[in-house]
Order: sequence, then structure tokens, then C-alpha cells
Amino acid sequence: MAKLKPEQVKHIAILANLPLTEKEEIGFADQLSKIVDYFDELSKVDTSSVAPTFSPVDLQNVLRQDSTEPSLTQEEALRNAPKVDNGMFVVEKVKHG
Amino acid sequence: MDELTKLTLAETLKDLKDKKFSEEELCSAYVSRAAKLNPRLNAFISLCEPYKGILAGIKDVFNTKDIKTTAGSKVLENYVPPFDSTVISRLDQHNISVLGKTNCDEFAMGSSGENSAYGATKNPWNLDKVPGGSSSGSAAAVAADMCVFSLGTDTGGSIRQPASLCGVVGLKPTYGRVSRYGVIAMASSLDCPGPVTKSVGDARTVLGWIARSDGKDSNVAYHKKDLNGSRADLHGLKVGLPSEYFAKGLDHGVKVAVEKAIKQLEDLGCSVVDITLPHTEYAVAAYYILMASEVSSNLARYDGIRFGGGRELFGPEAKRRIMLGTFALSVGYWDDYFAKAAKVRTLIKLDFEKAFEKCDVIAGPVSPTVAWNLGEKIDDPLKMYLSDIYTVPSSLAGIPGLSVPCGFVQGLPVGLQILGKHFDEETILAVGEAFEQSTNWHLEKPAINF
Amino acid sequence: MTNLYEPVIGLEIHVELNTKSKMFCSCSAQYFGSKPNTHTCPVCLGLPGALPSANTEALESCIKIGLALGCKVSEKSRFERKNYFYPDLPKGYQISQYRWPLTVGGEMEVVGKSGKRTIRINRAHMEEDTAKLVHQFGITTVGARSDQLPTSNEGEKTLIDFNRSGVPLVEIVTEPDFHDSEEIRDYAKKLQQICRYLKVSNADMERGDMRLEANISVRRVGVKELPPYRVELKNINSFRFMVAAVEYEIKRQSEALENGERLFQETRGWDENKKQTYSQRKKEEANDYRYFPEPDLSVVSMKYDVSRIEAEMPELPAEKIKRFVDQYNLTEQQSVILTDTQELANYFEECVKVGIDHNVDSKKIANTLINKKFDRKTTLPADLIKILREESEKPEYPESELESAVDKVISENPDAVEDFKNGKDAILQFLLGQVMKETKGRADPEKAREMLLKKM
Repeated sequence: MAKLKPEQVKHIAILANLPLTEKEEIGFADQLSKIVDYFDELSKVDTSSVAPTFSPVDLQNVLRQDSTEPSLTQEEALRNAPKVDNGMFVVEKVKHG
Repeated sequence: MDELTKLTLAETLKDLKDKKFSEEELCSAYVSRAAKLNPRLNAFISLCEPYKGILAGIKDVFNTKDIKTTAGSKVLENYVPPFDSTVISRLDQHNISVLGKTNCDEFAMGSSGENSAYGATKNPWNLDKVPGGSSSGSAAAVAADMCVFSLGTDTGGSIRQPASLCGVVGLKPTYGRVSRYGVIAMASSLDCPGPVTKSVGDARTVLGWIARSDGKDSNVAYHKKDLNGSRADLHGLKVGLPSEYFAKGLDHGVKVAVEKAIKQLEDLGCSVVDITLPHTEYAVAAYYILMASEVSSNLARYDGIRFGGGRELFGPEAKRRIMLGTFALSVGYWDDYFAKAAKVRTLIKLDFEKAFEKCDVIAGPVSPTVAWNLGEKIDDPLKMYLSDIYTVPSSLAGIPGLSVPCGFVQGLPVGLQILGKHFDEETILAVGEAFEQSTNWHLEKPAINF
Repeated sequence: MTNLYEPVIGLEIHVELNTKSKMFCSCSAQYFGSKPNTHTCPVCLGLPGALPSANTEALESCIKIGLALGCKVSEKSRFERKNYFYPDLPKGYQISQYRWPLTVGGEMEVVGKSGKRTIRINRAHMEEDTAKLVHQFGITTVGARSDQLPTSNEGEKTLIDFNRSGVPLVEIVTEPDFHDSEEIRDYAKKLQQICRYLKVSNADMERGDMRLEANISVRRVGVKELPPYRVELKNINSFRFMVAAVEYEIKRQSEALENGERLFQETRGWDENKKQTYSQRKKEEANDYRYFPEPDLSVVSMKYDVSRIEAEMPELPAEKIKRFVDQYNLTEQQSVILTDTQELANYFEECVKVGIDHNVDSKKIANTLINKKFDRKTTLPADLIKILREESEKPEYPESELESAVDKVISENPDAVEDFKNGKDAILQFLLGQVMKETKGRADPEKAREMLLKKM
């Protein structure tokens, strides 16, 4: 049974780049545990004879020729950014993963 | 003025051609009605004031160039896209204008509309009830005649279910029929853009406009069974009834309405066949694992650098699903959750393939209940997930599904679900239309007295 | 002391392809020198709603590189999402390959401190490049991943240019088979040469279209298991620095282990000023990239295109060298030099063709091209043959003067002579060059070489 502890939730939140408050960590631990317990129902299913389906369509080699199309202008690209500098996006603090 | 807004798309197109009214008059009628009703219904996050074209409500997950697009989230509160979704360009070519962006659960995640960061949409049939989700605004707007038709997206039932709860027509096309380019992604292998309309014929028309490869969505192939607008003769058509869709959990009133509808289909010449979809009970778990996994990845781009606000602005349901997905994909859990769910997906797909050897379409309810009270299920996410039981299996398989109004329970609409084989929208539309035209459910409108 | 330990080294090389458009969108991939953020679109900028579309030419280039390395093209290949967060990664994931790479299982022969050895290639797969991060004070970091930033202080800004985001990259991964820095250098140079022959990339380290990452650990000689840690050397943009860094690491790690220290997984860069590696990031555990198949892209199955692609490939250096030895009666060393670039090799063969009619043989041509300086751009093969014929009609360079030149070179370069006697064949070329210098280029290289050999 997958009982998720707040420390596990903290680890998942870091992987998911989600800032959570301590209150959220506890609340989510409870809700997520219930949901993951429900997911464990799948262990009852015999899937030994089937391959996984990652997409409902079974297409192969849907490719594009190597040709160029006009790009966005610099203004269009930067339009929604909270901070720009000299035609570039700005990020204040860079985390070392 | 009210008369103009009652018309279906087909009627509108005909009357415009016959010059019964002008485009400006039409626009004016819808713009003022939408402005009047929206404060109570909250079906639209934003309204434009177009003066030409035929007006459609567009779910706020479709990128509309130079028109604010929020996906129902605070993260994109001020986001103005520099490009149009393919489907919007296509509609534009057919003289469809954007009346406004309809409300929806945040990033299309929800079954009630209550996860929107812009307040819940109300069900026009009863303002205390949910309209369903995630295409909550799209369904409510059409039901209340605030637009001629709308666009929504269906990932696990998000067109069919709100259509059912609001008494309008909703079509989930086959996955791979309509390009997703420009649709803000929720779950990439499940998202299907599609129409919410006042009639089945309208749904067919809009699908014809938006379907077809655009060279930008690698999952939309060329030369698939094209739509040719043919109406199949229902005689001899076999309708499969899955035992699993009529079992415990289905509300009695809904069951009665759906069974009556199926009887109607028999009267129209169909024959009914009992079928089984044995892996139905595992579909919700498989769906939520796969969907959440794709969500956790699709929502990673919202880092507040190139656009939008910070990740702390996500609502609780979005955060929940991002974490579920991150968990299901993580080291040590990938095999038991993500890979396992993908295998169960194969079994569900095979269930449908086997069933379709015995029938041409599958019929049943869309939702186990009619619309519930606002606030009733919001504290129990799992309970909310379980109400998707009849729609998620077909989403996993990628087959098309239609919801058609088929009755009422205590004044609240019930939808009949018709599922078809891959790329066989023609048959489900034909069955749906025949049913619709032989009943009067589609003529019912909510009493709007505000 | 360091003979107690042997290095265990694997290389990951990223080659930026020279396609017209990017890997997953139609933005121009020729971004060098462009104004920032002028080669972007919703796809490579990671805007909501954008979808990738795979570049078929890029896939073929990757296959060419794989085939050149003796790899096999996979029957079914899938793109996967590599999920992690960094400002240079607009989608929060990189579309790459993991379980189902495009090509697998090749090998390359390299020459190092212990002679010729075979390095196994694990794979050559397809992925997309990240954006460029520009540190506030104008230091541009060039790398496939920009976790190589120097430790930043509070308040420093980082600027992002997405022109490079989405440019096609081929990642070539070896097994940890390298034993010394010379093998690494040889491998990298050969891979660069292959890319240039195939015309899929200029593979220039200084410009960033070829990037080296080495994974280095050491273990006691005789131990068969892989060491329990790896040090990643990243963001090193020249062969010279890479060799220096590898040498430094081998020494540092061996000493550390000998002192009883435990070594951990970490990332290190090279400080050219201090001539040392330095720690950039300690990784306690491997990153959890949560790979899963990319749902927005189709499966790639190009096994049936292989014969067509192979037919389009030019003769590669390894084959050309063999053929030159057989066909033109040259030594391997001479052939290696003459095949350094396709242009030089073609020029040589042109000269040989013309030379046949004028009684100038291939060996003379080879010696001339290798040892004499002239501008190939302004001297047509026909011109060169004419010059050589005229020379052969001139009096020979006096043998006595040649002999004294050879003696002088031998006495002035005792170390080199010693090396040659110990088996370093390549030194002969250096000594020959010295003789040519001494005789002001007038001696016959072939005669000079024979005399050198005789005298040593």
C-alpha cells in the first residue's frame, strides 16, 4: 500500500518544481495517498500478454522536410515576458539543480 | 432579438443567405445577450465585441492571436498569444468570429468547472448546480444561447459530460482527427478539440470545418476516412449496450432516461446487442495515471520566464495532478504505475475492438448523475474522478463519442452517449441525428429570467 | 603510484547539425551572429499549445553518423521526454531519446599511449539543443546543458537567447573503454573528421558545434567492476583543454583514492588559468529525468532507408586510408595525412591522375603534398605536376649535403630519435620536416626519409 508521507511529497514537489507550504505538503500527502491507493487496483490486472499503448494512433515516420519558415519577430517573442533586457529574457536567480 | 439567438448554426447560415437579417444584427443580438447573461452565468472569462461573422464561444485553452488566453488559470492571467490555433484559423476561413473565451477548469482539469481561477460557471438550468467540466463555459454558453456554437476539448469526457449536464450536443472526435496545434496541452495522447452545438447537424458541420491535417500535429494523419456528410440508414444498425455502463453507481433517473432513448433507437430501426467491456473498472485508475503523467510534463513550461506568472499560482487540482504525474513517472514507480497503466490502456482498447465486432456503435449514459450542487464534490477529488467512469475508457482508446440530449431528471438534463469506431464519426452522428430529430429534447431551452 | 590505478573513461559528444531548419520546427537553424530571439517560434520558445514536428534531414544525418561508426539503425525508434527544470529549457523537458535510440552498437579504432585499441560506441541518437544563457557580465556559456555556470552571486542576472533552442543535436555515447587522454583526443578528432566528411556539421569545438563531456573514474588495476562513482567533465571547448583536464583528473582521483578518500558523483569544469579542474555541482544521486515516450511525435522506423542513405555517403577516412595504402603504395602515416580533409584527398588523387600521363608517380606527389608548402587554392593539379616534372629534370640535391643535414638533425634531436627507436613511428615525420627545413625544402623528401631511416 502506497502511503505517501509529507517528506515524499516534499521530494515530489521539488522534482515538479512546485513551491508548497508545509500545510499543503500535509494536505496533499493525505489526498495523494488515497488516490495512489486507488491506483494500486491496477496490480490486480494481468497485463503480461500485452504491450503498452502510449498513443491511440499507430503512426510511423510523420516527418517534416528540412525547409525554413519565417520566425516570430523579436518583439512577438518577448511580448509576454515579465522581464527583458537587450532583446533577451531575464531570469534573476539560477538554481544549480 | 431573442429569436436570432435561438437559431441553430444551420438555421443561422440559411437565414443569413436568405437575407432574413444581417451579420451585424446577428452579432449585435449575441453580443448583447452574452453581456447580459454572463454576470450571472460566468460562462465567459472574456468577451470581445465582434460586429461581423458568426459568433462562437471558444474554450480558453485555444490560443487566439492577440486575444488574451488564460486556460482558466491565474498563471496565464495576462497571456496574449502571438499565434492562432489551427482550428481557429480554419473557423476564421468559414467566417466564424470569436465572441469570447469561455470559462473552463484550470488547464482543462476538472469535471465541474469549479477549478477555474475565474470563478465557477453556473448551470443555466439551475444556477445552484454545476454545468460539468472541463468545458463548462462552452456548454453553458450554448445552452443559454449566448453564442451559435462553441469549441471545447475532451480529454476524459470534458466535452461530452458538460454537454450532457447542460442539455446540448457535444462531440469528441476520434483522437487524431483534429489538429491540436495551438490547443494548450493537458494530456497529449488524450486531448481532442471538438464542437459543442445546439444540434447534431451543427456538430457535423463544425467538425467538417476543423478536421484535417495541418502538417503541424504529427498525430493527425492524411487520408483518414474523410467526412462526406452521408447519412447512414439506421435499419439493421447494431447498437451495443455495455453491461458495465448500466451497473451499480448509475443514478436511477439517468438510467431510465437512457433506456428510453435506446428504446427510441430500436423504434428507428436499430437492433440492440449486449456487449461487455470487461476492463471498464480499471479505466479511471489507468486514465488518471497516464493523464497526470502527461500533465506533469506539459505544465513544466510554466516557469514565469518567457510568459505568465510563477508556479505558486497553480490551483490545488493542478498541483495535485502535477504531483501525481511526477510520482507515477519517477524512479522506482515508473513500472508499477506509468508502464502498467499503459498496458491496461491496451486492454481497454482491445475491449472496444472486440465489442465492435458485434456492433456498429455503443450506447449508454455519459454521466452517472445529472448536475450536482456547486461545492458538493470539490473536497473529495477521488469521488470527482470516479464520476468520469463512462467517458474515460473511450478517451483511452481514442474512439469518437457524441452526447445528445435525451431527457430530464427533476429539471436537469440527461445526455445519451454514442460511441463509434476509430474515425467513424459519420455513423455516430447519423445515429445521434436520427434520434434527435425523432424527439423534442433538443428544442428544450433553460428558462432564463434574469 | 598512479600505476596502481587505471582510468575508466567514457565520452559523450554532442554534434550540432548544419540543417537549414531546427529539429522540431521550421525556424532557421543558422543562428550564428543573429540578433537574440529572432529565430524563434511557438515551438522552440515552448509557448503553450505548440507541437513539435520532426526534421527528416536531421534524422538522416544522425543515421549517417551512426553508420559511419558502425552502428545499426533501430527497427523502431522513439523520441522521449527528458524532464528537468532549467531556464535554458523552455518546455521544462528536452525531446531526446532514451530506450529506443535511432542507432546503436558501433565501434571505432583509436590510437593512444598503448597503440591501437577499439572503443565501443553505445549509440548515436537524436535530440534538441537548449537556449543560450548569457551571464550578466558578458560570459557566454556554451554547452548542451547550462548547469555549467560558475557559482553565481546574489543579484547577478542571467539572460536567455532562444535562437539556439531546438537546433538538432546528435549525441554519441561511448562505453567507458578509454584508458588515456591520447585515445580521447584521437577519438574526438576522428569523429570531427567524420562529421566534416559527411558534411553534416562543421564539428568545431570553439564554435560550440561539437561538445565533449567525459565521464572519468579510476579503479585499482586488475579490478573488473566499474567504480561506484563518476566525475563528469563538462563545458570544455577545445581538444587541448580536454586532454589537460583528463590528465589532471586521472592524477587527482588516483591520489585521492590512494589517500583513502571516498569519491562521489560530481560535475567539474576546467580552469585554464589555474590549470585545474574545479567542482561545479555535486550530485548525490543521479537526476530523475522521468523519461517517457514523446506522445506528440510518431515512431521513427527508417531501417528501409538505410541502403539509400548509405549510397549517399562519401568514402569515409578509414576506408580512404586503406585504399590509399593499397592503391598508391603509401605508408599508413602518409595516407592519414593526405586524408585529413576530403579536399586534400581529392586534390592528391587529381594530381595522381594527371601525373600518370607525365611520369610523376604517386609517392613523389604524396611527399610533395606532405612536406612542401604551397597554396593548393592557386595551384591546380596540372600545375603541380608540371612543377614536379621540371624539378625532376633539375639536378638532384647533392647527397653529401643531404647526409650532413640528416646527421645534424639526428644529433640535434636525441630525444626524438630515441622515441622513434622506441616505436613512435609518427616522430619520423617530425624529423623529416626538420631535414626539409635544414635543406630549405630542396631535398627530395623520399630520399631524405630513406636516409633518416638508414642512419637511425
